[in-house]
Amino acid sequence: MSSTTTTGSDTTLATDPAILLDFRDVAMTFPDGTVALSGVDLTVKRGEFVTVVGPSGCGKSTLLRIASGLETASHGSVDLNTDRIGYVFQDATLLPWRPVQANVELLAELHGIPKAARAAKAKEAIDLVGLSGFEKFLPRALSGGMRMRTSLARSLTLDPEIFLFDEPFGALDEITRERLNDELLRLFSEKQFAGLFITHSVSEAVYLSTKVIVMSGRPGKIVGTFDVPFDMPRDPEIRFTPEFAALVGEVSHALREAHS
Amino acid sequence: MSTDTATTPRLRGRGSNFGPLKVRLWAPPLALLAALIGAAYLGNALLGQRAFLLPQPHVVLGKLIEPRTAPDIFEALGNTALVALTGLALASVIGIVWAIAMSQARWVERTLFPYAVVLQAIPIIAITPLIGFSLGYDFPSRVVVAVMISLFPMVGNTLFGLQGVDQAHRELFKLQGSSRWTILTKLELRAATPAIFAGLRISAGLSVVGAIVGDFFFQRGTPGIGALIAKYSARLNSAELYASVLVAALFGVVIFLFFGWLGRRAVGKWYDFG
Repeated sequence: MSSTTTTGSDTTLATDPAILLDFRDVAMTFPDGTVALSGVDLTVKRGEFVTVVGPSGCGKSTLLRIASGLETASHGSVDLNTDRIGYVFQDATLLPWRPVQANVELLAELHGIPKAARAAKAKEAIDLVGLSGFEKFLPRALSGGMRMRTSLARSLTLDPEIFLFDEPFGALDEITRERLNDELLRLFSEKQFAGLFITHSVSEAVYLSTKVIVMSGRPGKIVGTFDVPFDMPRDPEIRFTPEFAALVGEVSHALREAHS
Repeated sequence: MSTDTATTPRLRGRGSNFGPLKVRLWAPPLALLAALIGAAYLGNALLGQRAFLLPQPHVVLGKLIEPRTAPDIFEALGNTALVALTGLALASVIGIVWAIAMSQARWVERTLFPYAVVLQAIPIIAITPLIGFSLGYDFPSRVVVAVMISLFPMVGNTLFGLQGVDQAHRELFKLQGSSRWTILTKLELRAATPAIFAGLRISAGLSVVGAIVGDFFFQRGTPGIGALIAKYSARLNSAELYASVLVAALFGVVIFLFFGWLGRRAVGKWYDFG
């Protein structure tokens, strides 16, 4: 799937096959006149995990909604060079009447994958997120962290090439959030998907990503890009090193600059 | 690495408590019932010559086993039940289809919803002559009254349930390119089930009211408890009158409880159905 909305800008550039998602000069103005995004250029390549940090209401989520096709940009071009996308919402968005197994099977079911195949796929994904043994549990019986794992497993069944995360761990406590960050990194290394992750936590952004993008608020503009030099897979202890702290400091500084 | 703990499913208050709590729950209404029964005996004694206005409770209950009256009352109850349940079934189907139609497009909702409100607002007694003209004074007209009285809660609750679906859930389906039909069957109707059962429970009680009201106006064929009430009332058979009212009321309660139970069975696992 390649959705392109062009308004006069240069589209003759050869596309690099490694590029999964390409935003060029994207702007978004809502019908009520709110300018959510302006002049956004952004690419996500295979093997990259890009995180966007910014204050609440800066249009970060709009960025993902445009990337996934839930919204259409009012200006600029957006190319998504795969139809295998995973989308993880702020909330786990599990169907409360379905047990874990059936919730994880949902997307495969909607894509018409036969019963046996999707059950196997779901089983594998459930194992991968560490929820074996909870297949028959209803969402209401799970903790917030486990619901998020179920949500991740559900997206994994489609073998996404790119994962879009809309502040998925924002509502979780610090310890659960860190644990899920570790798991996400492990999945990233094992499954080789690319990621575009939205958060307002700078340390989460630095810890997870290969690249951190800082956005300003209203309208959302990219004000800084930071490459994260740490190797994958990452040791959780990296969070306590001076290099990590220094980079977190730099990103936080850029974020503050953008709002002063 | 899954060391987050699962919380135990919340205990539901209903059904899981015996002993002291049950007593606390049932004692007050039972005490009131005893007081009312006592008041009936007292009133009966005080009324003297006009004691027939307030028969003694055991005499009323006696009418329900007395061979002269009991068969009439229970036959009439059976007829009322048939009208009520037929009306309820029709109201459910019509109400759910109506609500689905309105949930599919704004313009359909704008077109149809005012009529749901009008239906609710019509004084049913005012249009009974119209129903009688066109459908006669038999079973179908009684059913129509039951449907008209019990339809609105089905429409309103189902629509509320369908429209209350979480926006993120809708987007989850849209991202997979799901059709409207898939969203309706796998998401909206499932999510609306608790609201539909809540509507069904209210409509069930109303359908009994409708069937009895229908009896008063359409008395051909095999009318039910409403016709019997009218007859006993005209003849000043107060004990029989009380007995019929009691039976009709109990039937309403039973049907209400039944749909509450059915609702809990259907969705109680994932929804606290009151």
